Amino acid sequence: MLSFVYTIVRREIVLATRRRGDWLTAQFFFVIVASLFPLGIGAEPETLRAIGPGVVWVAALLAALLSLDRLFADDHRDGALEQLMLAPYPHALLAFGKALAHWIVSGLPLIVIAPVLGLQFDLPPAALLALVASLALGTPVLSLLGSIGAALTLGLRGGGVLLALLILPFYVPVLIFGTGAIGGVLAGTGAEANLSLLGALLALTLLLAPWACAQALNVSLE
Amino acid sequence: MNLNRYASPSIFYPLAGRLVPVFAALAAALAAAGLYIGFFVAPTDFQQGEGYRIIFIHVPAAWMSMFIYLVMAFWSAIGLAWNTRLSFMMTRALAPTGALFTFLALWTGAFWGKPMWGAWWVWDARLTSELILLFLYMGYMALQAAIDDPRRADRAGALLNLVGVVNVPIIYFSVVWWNTLHQGASVSLTRAPSMAQTMLWGMLVMALAAWFYTLAVAFARVRTLILAREQRAQWVRQMEHEA
Repeated sequence: MLSFVYTIVRREIVLATRRRGDWLTAQFFFVIVASLFPLGIGAEPETLRAIGPGVVWVAALLAALLSLDRLFADDHRDGALEQLMLAPYPHALLAFGKALAHWIVSGLPLIVIAPVLGLQFDLPPAALLALVASLALGTPVLSLLGSIGAALTLGLRGGGVLLALLILPFYVPVLIFGTGAIGGVLAGTGAEANLSLLGALLALTLLLAPWACAQALNVSLE
Repeated sequence: MNLNRYASPSIFYPLAGRLVPVFAALAAALAAAGLYIGFFVAPTDFQQGEGYRIIFIHVPAAWMSMFIYLVMAFWSAIGLAWNTRLSFMMTRALAPTGALFTFLALWTGAFWGKPMWGAWWVWDARLTSELILLFLYMGYMALQAAIDDPRRADRAGALLNLVGVVNVPIIYFSVVWWNTLHQGASVSLTRAPSMAQTMLWGMLVMALAAWFYTLAVAFARVRTLILAREQRAQWVRQMEHEA
C-alpha cells in the first residue's frame, strides 16, 4: 500500500524534474502576482504590512490552481491514469498519492519562496514565521481539495476556468485562517488559534478528500 | 400505495404535469395574501419606517436559497445511493431556482442596506456567506453545462453538491469568525428587535409562496428534463403520437 503511494509520488516528481519549464511557471506566477500588488496599491510600509498576508495567500491559492488542471489531465490523455486505476489498490490511495505529489511539487516551493515575498511586504520576523507555518498547514489542504475538482473536470472543455469556479469557494476557509494567523501575530494576539483551525481543516480533508476524489475519478472515467 | 413507483420518470411525468398548475396557483394566491399583509396590514416600523417592508421578499428568499441547497444535497445523496435518475433530474431542476433566490436575497439586501446602513454592500458575515453560496450554485450549474454525457453530469454534480454541503458550515463559521476579527460592531443583524405579530405572519406566508413557486418551477423543469432524456423511450413516442 505504502509502496504504491511512494511509486506514484516518485513518478510525479521525476516527471516534474523532466519538465522543469512547466513546474517553474507556477512558482514564477506566484512571485509575479504578489509583486504586482505594491505597484497597484502603493508602497507605503503600513499599507504593505496590512495587505501583505492576504496578497501572499491569494497568490498562493491562484498558483495552486494553475498547476491543478494538469494533475490528472496528462495521465488521462496518454492512458496512464486508466492503468493506474486498474492497479489492485483502493482508488483513494491513488488520489492521495497524486495530491501528495502535487503538494510536494507545487506547495513546498511556495513555502520556501513566501518569506522572501513577505520581506517585500515589510512583515516582521514573527509574522514571517506565522506565514510559513500557515502555508505549511494550508497548502496541503489546497492540493487535497483541488484534486477533487481536477478529477471532476477531467477532460472537459474549459477545464481550467471551470476548476477555478468550482474550487475557489471551497478555498475560502483556508484563506481566512491562513491570513488570520499572520494577522494575529501582527495584532499581538498570536497565531495559535488560527493555526489550530488550519490543522483541524487539514485533518478533515486528509480523511475525506482522497475518498471524494476517488469517487470523482470513477465518475469521470466511467 | 407504493410511493417508490413515482421514482420512475414515466409515472412522475404526468403526476408533475397535474401538480404544476396547483402549485403555481397556490404560490400566486399566497404571494398575493403575503404582499397584502406586508403592504397594508403590517404596521410601519418605528425605527426603519416603510423601508423595512422589503423584508417580506428578502427573508423568504434568503431562507429558500439555503433550503434549496440542502434539498439538492439530499437528492444528490439519494441519487448516488440508489441510482435513481429522477433524483439527479430533481437536483438539476432545483439549481437555477436556488441561484435565483440567492441572487434575490443579495439584491434586496443591497436595496435594504442602502437606506438603513448607508451602503449597498458591507462585508457582513451573512452577506459574505450568501455570496459564496451563489458561487457554489454557479459552480454546480457551470459543471452541469460543461458535461455532455447526462450520466456523468448527474454524478459529478451530485458529488460536487455533497462536497459542498460538508463545506458550507465550515465556510459559514470561518466567515463569521473572520467578520468578528475584522469589523467592529457597526452593523448588527443578529440583534432582532421584537417583531410585530403581523410582520411575522407576512413573512411566513411569503415563505410558503416561495416554497410553492419553487415546487411549481422545479416540477415544470423536471418535466422538460425527462422529455429531453427519455425522448427515445416508448412512452414518450406514444404520447407524441397521441398528441
